[in-house]
Amino acid sequence: MIEAFRWLIWREMTLALRRKAEVLTTMLFFVIVVSLFPLGIGPEIDTLREIAPGVLWVAALLASMLSLNRLFADDYIDGTLEQLIISSQPLALMVFGKILAHWFLTGLPLVLISPVLGMQLGMDVDSIIILMLTLLVGTPVLSLIGAVGAGLTLGVRGGGVLLSLLILPLYIPVLIFGSGAVESAQAGLGVEGHFSLLGAFFIGSLVLAPLGAAAALRISLD
Amino acid sequence: MIFFTKAFWLQVSSPKAFYPFAGKVIPFFMITALVLTVVGLYYGFVLAPPDYQQGDSYRIMFIHVPAAWMSMWIYIVMCVFAIIGMVWRTRLSDMMAGALAPTGAMFTFLALWTGALWGKPTWGTYWVWDARLTSELILLFLYFGFIALRAAIDDPQRAARASALLACVGVINVPIIYFSVKWWNTLHQGASVGLTQKATMADSMLTAMMVMAFAFWAYTFAVAFMRVRNEILEKEKNSAWVSETLTKTVEGKNEST
Repeated sequence: MIEAFRWLIWREMTLALRRKAEVLTTMLFFVIVVSLFPLGIGPEIDTLREIAPGVLWVAALLASMLSLNRLFADDYIDGTLEQLIISSQPLALMVFGKILAHWFLTGLPLVLISPVLGMQLGMDVDSIIILMLTLLVGTPVLSLIGAVGAGLTLGVRGGGVLLSLLILPLYIPVLIFGSGAVESAQAGLGVEGHFSLLGAFFIGSLVLAPLGAAAALRISLD
Repeated sequence: MIFFTKAFWLQVSSPKAFYPFAGKVIPFFMITALVLTVVGLYYGFVLAPPDYQQGDSYRIMFIHVPAAWMSMWIYIVMCVFAIIGMVWRTRLSDMMAGALAPTGAMFTFLALWTGALWGKPTWGTYWVWDARLTSELILLFLYFGFIALRAAIDDPQRAARASALLACVGVINVPIIYFSVKWWNTLHQGASVGLTQKATMADSMLTAMMVMAFAFWAYTFAVAFMRVRNEILEKEKNSAWVSETLTKTVEGKNEST
């Protein structure tokens, strides 16, 4: 079981290394969306600093949502997914491996690039650290919840737009507490409450989402 | 009572038996809905006293509050039907879940719309990013997602199971969303009606609200049953009893004209 899990992670990483552009696209999308806001709103640094937590979080939300399409799509087309389902390994664990690899390739780059964007928007160092921490806890939740939606819309007409309709409402709590933590850090208030709730979402989705995504895949490939 | 026997429920849960059964109860529910609406609105607009602060503008509450209740209840009922359909593979439950969704979305929209109309004279704005308004809006999105997913998948069984799973994920999220937006920002007043305390309003207002809620329930049943009947006809169009029923209906119409 552990062996299969490790094999799956290794396979995902190898595939990603051979198609580097796909990994970079998510990160570039994140950078570009954040850079659009100063252009649209104007370069006043005080305004930008005020809206920075929300802007960064919404951009991270959109970036991770856009990358969800690829979570299962390739494996669905070339039949790997079917093999995973009929294999003797627990499907939920295999799905969890895919989600983990997916987060590593799309979520983690967002966390790593976010300080640069935070500085662009005039955030101070303390808030930037909080921002990175919230993204570190929050983006896995996005990948986990998103996996259920990606499984459900697999091979469906207009899957991409449908996926956003299904998933974005479910992302809202993460957005509220993620950006809320950064905002209270900027205002000099405590962030423990927001972090506890983000952590609760993380643990909850860690337990439930792989099962949900596995059920969704079974339905889609029935 | 025949309604309390297991055999009755088992029988009526097959599409073939449900079709004529629903046909018989729809007029009953429709008439109940109409009568209760008239009574409820009479109570609400004529008998209930004007509010000491809001004057007459509060009277939209008699539609707004029951609609908001319905929007949440229908989601839960829909989810229960979806789970039953997923566990026992009963076709009728899937159809019920699908039939309830548009009505639920309609009530959610109605609650938002009447709330906006009430908000203008009272709060001075049609829309605020308040906890309740936001979570109601998200509920509307959840309904849309459910309907869109059902519509996007051609295979009816897969559509039913996929949307059932989505409804379950949504129903776990509804309380989370509700509390997250509540802690985030709030302006909407707390509920004036609750199970644990005495309602903080005049009796006639409460009566009007309750009567309207029952009227909405009756209406929901009526339209959901109509949708299920249509779906049964569509799904079973190749079976013998459907063609028999339809032939009879057409012949009956020809004779009467």
